[in-house]
Amino acid sequence: MSDSSVAEHTEHADRPELRHHFADEQQQRNAAALGMWWFLGTEIMFFGGMFCAYLIYRLKYFPEFAAASRSLDLKVGTLNTAVLICSSLTVAQAVRAAQMGKRMLQVKLLLATLFFGLVFLGVKAYEWENKYKEHHIPTFDFNAKDLMRDNQHLFGLDKLQNDPHALQVREAEIQQHSQIFFALYFALTGMHAIHMIVGVGVFSVITWMAWKGRFTPEYHTPLEIAGLYWHFVDIVWIYLFPLLYLIDRRPGA
Amino acid sequence: MATAAVTTEKKNYLNAEYGIRSWLFTTDHKRIALLYLVSITAFFFIGGFFALLIRLELLTPAGDLLTADMYNKAFTMHGQVMVFFFLIPSIPAVLGNFLVPMMIGAKDLALPRINLISWYIYIIAGILYLHCIATGGVDTGWTFYTPYSTMFSNTRVIEAGLAIFISGFSSILTGLNFVVTIHRMRAPGMTWSRLPLFVWSHYATSIIMLLGTPVIAITLILVVLERTLNLGIFDPTRGGDPVLFQHLFWFYSHPAVYIMILPSMAVISEIVPCFSRKRVFGYNFVAMSSIAIAAIGFIVWAHHMFVAGISLYSALVFSFLSFLVAVPSAIKVFNWTATMYKGSVSFSTPMLYAFGFIGLFTIGGLTGLFLATLGVDIHVHDTYFVIAHFHYVMVGGAVMGYLGGMHFWWPKISGRMYPEGWGRFSAMIVFLGFNLTFFPQFILGYLGMPRRYWDYSHMPEWQGLNVLSTAGASFLAVGYLLPMAYFLWSLRYGKIAPDNPWGATGLEWRTSSPPPTFNFEETPIVTWEAYEYESMPLPEEVTLER
Amino acid sequence: MSEHTGHIVPSRLNWLVFFILIAATFLTAWIATIDLGPFNTVVALVIATCKASIVVLIFMQVKYTSEKMTKAVLLFAIAWLILLLFLSLTDYSSRFAG
Repeated sequence: MSDSSVAEHTEHADRPELRHHFADEQQQRNAAALGMWWFLGTEIMFFGGMFCAYLIYRLKYFPEFAAASRSLDLKVGTLNTAVLICSSLTVAQAVRAAQMGKRMLQVKLLLATLFFGLVFLGVKAYEWENKYKEHHIPTFDFNAKDLMRDNQHLFGLDKLQNDPHALQVREAEIQQHSQIFFALYFALTGMHAIHMIVGVGVFSVITWMAWKGRFTPEYHTPLEIAGLYWHFVDIVWIYLFPLLYLIDRRPGA
Repeated sequence: MATAAVTTEKKNYLNAEYGIRSWLFTTDHKRIALLYLVSITAFFFIGGFFALLIRLELLTPAGDLLTADMYNKAFTMHGQVMVFFFLIPSIPAVLGNFLVPMMIGAKDLALPRINLISWYIYIIAGILYLHCIATGGVDTGWTFYTPYSTMFSNTRVIEAGLAIFISGFSSILTGLNFVVTIHRMRAPGMTWSRLPLFVWSHYATSIIMLLGTPVIAITLILVVLERTLNLGIFDPTRGGDPVLFQHLFWFYSHPAVYIMILPSMAVISEIVPCFSRKRVFGYNFVAMSSIAIAAIGFIVWAHHMFVAGISLYSALVFSFLSFLVAVPSAIKVFNWTATMYKGSVSFSTPMLYAFGFIGLFTIGGLTGLFLATLGVDIHVHDTYFVIAHFHYVMVGGAVMGYLGGMHFWWPKISGRMYPEGWGRFSAMIVFLGFNLTFFPQFILGYLGMPRRYWDYSHMPEWQGLNVLSTAGASFLAVGYLLPMAYFLWSLRYGKIAPDNPWGATGLEWRTSSPPPTFNFEETPIVTWEAYEYESMPLPEEVTLER
Repeated sequence: MSEHTGHIVPSRLNWLVFFILIAATFLTAWIATIDLGPFNTVVALVIATCKASIVVLIFMQVKYTSEKMTKAVLLFAIAWLILLLFLSLTDYSSRFAG
């Protein structure tokens, strides 16, 4: 090896976190951050495909979407959104703690993040169970009768009382079209939940690393970029909440 | 510069470590490139096998070799294997992985472990797809159109869909790695305007991989969900829209064709100036046209759907936009041609492939304009005209670029020269075989022969052209097998390659053949522009002779 | 603190963002129950976008980064999603129209 590469090699040996192909930590950190940002860009397109399907069908079948949206529990959804926001706060504070070299504070905040994440998932499971009981899971004995009952005016069913054939046709349509809402609801929240689960897994590892003291003010890149991922998953939910729960909450429809 | 065989082997990336573990757990971008080379070649054979079945069946008008169902599976799997498991990874994962770090003066890609993971993801996807083939295959057409794929097909749609979904991650991670590397790992003095055009093209390719692949990923997930849970999102009898699937599918799959062609153009941009001994004409235009192809390529997708039921106004919009995408490609062709003008052109094997590319890609691209024209497309959609068009660009274009690149950089990769005479001979066989295979298909398509038909006994007069096509395919197969044979031969018996056998510019030629593990003894500091062929001497031992 | 640490967001600012996000969440849920006609959707999405923006700028530290690439990547991905949505709509909005 030439002299300069020997010197480079020794330098790198003193800094085990610095990988051999990077010139310095700043380059390594920038590369990792850019990689994560691009990955989040791909995630925007990934969820974006489902948003496209949602958009098309919402425009086509607005009454069914509105009625189905109403059957979701607004209070639970709002509170769950708040839970996820709490987790974003704890992540941001954990990064801060790492930047200041406070190991125990990092660990506590990361554990809090995991806690909020698990609460979110638990509440989601509860919501899904309710949907199952209400026969709102597509193909599992799906039945939109309660939607029709609760949204007579929205669907224009009250006007069709005199025409049994037209009424039947409309009811069949409502049954089909609201199933599309719920298909997208489960696809969107399911995909979001999968991302949350991955996030919980990643943060479990990050919490262990923090516990072991692997993060210093100079090096806490894994925590930072995992944090970016977590915030992104939060942002997806920030959009899912109004799109799924708040389609039409005006009273008296 | 040593001309005699070296007695003690210098340490390079190939002999740095031995044993299968050193290959399967490597993070060296050059070794990973070779892992990909072996894998994609294997899939090329598999895709080629399905092509063989198709061409054999079409020798006679009657459907007498395969059943209709088997034929559906053959063309489906030919397409899916060739597109997702051969073409999309090919140049980026092999030549891109090998060369991008070297061309920018870096020791490795920015994320070497991610690079290795992306290969494993590709292998897992490949094994899953092979399992799909072995357990019955899939017959939906490579495009997975709904509602057939979601509701009526009895074949292994879910497995095929999941395999392709997984392979998409390999693609995304490769693209991610290239973008981060090109932004963050350039050597001192390697500014954007000094980058080889190979790097510009791979950058544009990576952007497409990153922004497009996730959409097909979610689309395939929706197909799998629809099929397993019988959801109805794409079922017209339940208020769903099968055309929505097509919108989402083609949003990726059209840019995907630019993923397949841009890397090939990257190779041509390196070969042409070297064998014209002249800098690339209009460097800025060629660099920007790569970006333009990537960008415009994203806004033309519904030209695959003109007769699928989209609105007329939407069709007009997409037809117009599709004309635009030809412009940057044409700019490249003009610039390569202008590069050769008043240059000192030599007909080495890589240059023969480059010539082939330029001619065949031009024909393929022009016929794309035929298809973009709404009125013409009504007539030739779903006929052999379309098949000829995309094979001209993907095989006459992309694959020839791949082969040209493999020949051009083989000395760098292996440290050996391939036999030039055989190289030129094979290039001619490929060119002749290709044209014999696919030119008749333009005529067949124009005469109305539909694609995906296993029996054309209602029009037996199409047989003559089909026979020519199949004959051409056997030529083409020989043309592909020969390089595999002599590349392998050269590993043991080929002339030892010098650092720079072609007298080419580019940082990869300033290190040994094969390169050391960390590419350069010392990090280069770049103070020159990309294609300074004026001041570049011809190599002493010009290996262009037999 | 070495220059490798990066910008440290003040704790107060994180908490402020948190409270704004919580407030905005309850606000958007409440506004949805008021009849604003077609603007309900617009308002909900505007509030969501404001929330997302402060998460991106403060929690994800985009406000404090000197890296132009970060902002470019974000804007690009969002623009591309809009491209998908918008061009698909050119089809759906003009069907049965001739």
